[in-house]
Amino acid sequence: MSAEGAIVAGSLNIVLGLAVLMAAAALLTWIERRLLGVWQDRPGPNRAGPFGVLQVVADGIKLLFKQDWIPPFADPVVFVLAPAIAMVTVMLAVAVVPATPAIGIIADLNIGLLFFLAMSGLGVYSVVLAGWASNNKFSLLGGMRAAAQMVSYEVFMGLSVVGVVMLAGSFNLLEIVRGQQHMWYVVPQFLGFVVFFIGGIAETHRLPFDLPEGENELGAGFHTEYSGMKFGMFFLGEYIGIIVVSAMTTVLFLGGWYGPVLPPVLWFGIKTGFLVAFFILLRAALPRPRYDQFMSFGWKLMLPLTLLNILATGAVMLAATSI
Amino acid sequence: MNLTFDLSAIIAVVATVMMLTRASAVHALLYLTVSLLAVSLVFFVLGAPFAAALEVIIYAGAIMVLFVFVIMMLNIGEAAAAQERIWLQPSTWIGPSTLALLLAIELGAVAVNGGIARPAGVVVSARQVGLGLVGPYMLAVEIASFLLLAGLVASFHLGRSIMRAE
Amino acid sequence: MLSVLVTLWGTFLHLFQRNVTVAYPEEMPYLAPRYRGRIVLTRDPDGEERCVSCYLCAVACPVDCISLQKAEIEGRWYPEFFRINFSRCIFCGFCEEACPTYAIQLTPDFEMSEYDRRNLVYEKEDLLISGTGKYPDYNFYRVSGAAIPGKDKGEAERERKPIDTRSLLP
Repeated sequence: MSAEGAIVAGSLNIVLGLAVLMAAAALLTWIERRLLGVWQDRPGPNRAGPFGVLQVVADGIKLLFKQDWIPPFADPVVFVLAPAIAMVTVMLAVAVVPATPAIGIIADLNIGLLFFLAMSGLGVYSVVLAGWASNNKFSLLGGMRAAAQMVSYEVFMGLSVVGVVMLAGSFNLLEIVRGQQHMWYVVPQFLGFVVFFIGGIAETHRLPFDLPEGENELGAGFHTEYSGMKFGMFFLGEYIGIIVVSAMTTVLFLGGWYGPVLPPVLWFGIKTGFLVAFFILLRAALPRPRYDQFMSFGWKLMLPLTLLNILATGAVMLAATSI
Repeated sequence: MNLTFDLSAIIAVVATVMMLTRASAVHALLYLTVSLLAVSLVFFVLGAPFAAALEVIIYAGAIMVLFVFVIMMLNIGEAAAAQERIWLQPSTWIGPSTLALLLAIELGAVAVNGGIARPAGVVVSARQVGLGLVGPYMLAVEIASFLLLAGLVASFHLGRSIMRAE
Repeated sequence: MLSVLVTLWGTFLHLFQRNVTVAYPEEMPYLAPRYRGRIVLTRDPDGEERCVSCYLCAVACPVDCISLQKAEIEGRWYPEFFRINFSRCIFCGFCEEACPTYAIQLTPDFEMSEYDRRNLVYEKEDLLISGTGKYPDYNFYRVSGAAIPGKDKGEAERERKPIDTRSLLP
């Protein structure tokens, strides 16, 4: 293939990937509301189109046509920058996720896992800067909560995957999936799986860990002042974040595309979809913890657990090699 | 890869200059973050992807966030920005920037004379970094860990004494 | 920790339960006869207005949405106008409880949206229905002591003849 051909193919791959992702994220807003409805014994949005699917279109049109307002007391540049960071970081994180060996944008990156962690780390800025730039007490409180919460849970998230990296011997996500051909890492790394998923919920600041938003105590927190498509970008960023965290959990712990009978991409989709549904179930079932409970849960329970997990994994691997 | 390298190096320098000349602390920190990201890209191009990733995760993703956090908590207003503008008078910055310019000229001269050997594009893998940390650089790692432990103990102590005072 | 899992499982089980809500305009929900909806003025079994314009409903109304004016024809009191501003009404039912003649009643109907707020002000013609509402047999003037044409004092149900205070006879 010529150089131009490679560039065109690469661009097409990226555009297609982003299109699928955006469509999935938009659809997820509807899926979430329907599922929440099911778990709360009510139908959910069912009017627009078949099963209410066109609700997504209606919401999109509404967001697009709303007044795009920047408050006069806000810091205008940072105010506009924040939602852009929210979208860009999660979309970059998607780039390294391998759906199958063939489907993925830059899946074969030798530091794929670290790239994902780096992007989720940079995602903090969107919330923090949004809270600061809004120049509003509640937003600032939300931004500060977000900073402390996401930096803390990033620590556990990073440490929880160390066990997987030790077992696979690589940061390359393709290699990590290939290492699970015979046994998914969720079995030997169950603690890591649990901590990673909880960390993922905190990173995407989804319920029950939506303390930066906390609509009943902070009045939507960091995006109180946002309206129109800027709010829409936070919104979409959050849903893409759910998909990314679910996909990463699938890749790291649930054996990626491996599975009997069905084609690989379908297996990947099924596993990711299952985790996304679990995200929504968590939202339906659990109340939001108090902030101090949340932080002490992280530092006093999750951190020791992950360290223990690393210690045990290392000890078992050492014992296995020495025998 | 040369173009990427040059571009990110220029971005790093420009962002650092912007960081020095901003009156608002948060804007300065944002430029510093951009500078760090550019440096991380430089690492990546030079064949150290692990260092690049750590630069983003630890410096840009954690330490700078904590800086932003502290500055947000202090809630520095317009008065501080005015003070900052007073400090940015030419009489204040002319001395340090002359020295920095001399250094830059020296650096440029060395570079033009071919004094810097461009790295040969060898990729330093995570395994090599790990082996280096527990091998030749063991002492540095241990000293750093002592320092971190001291910091941990100190912060724990400070937190406790505040709780007792209440 | 265990309680979290129990909650998750309990919520998950709702997947297999029927919806408690109904798709409203297609499927009308059951409303009890004593549901507090649109307010009506009723008539007694003879077809006359029950309202005696005693103003008790207007006094009881916490949002002051009822206004009326008393008029009188041959001993019978009736409202000259009776106006309820439903844009203020909170459907608390206090007026129904205050009414001594069962004239004002709340009905199981809530579909009264309007595009214009002024259309929510209901006049007596809008409020008055031709039936007796929830109390079919009650007729205030047949049990009260008031004298009206065709019924003098002492002729109401279970009412004694008035005592002649000028007579010494038992």
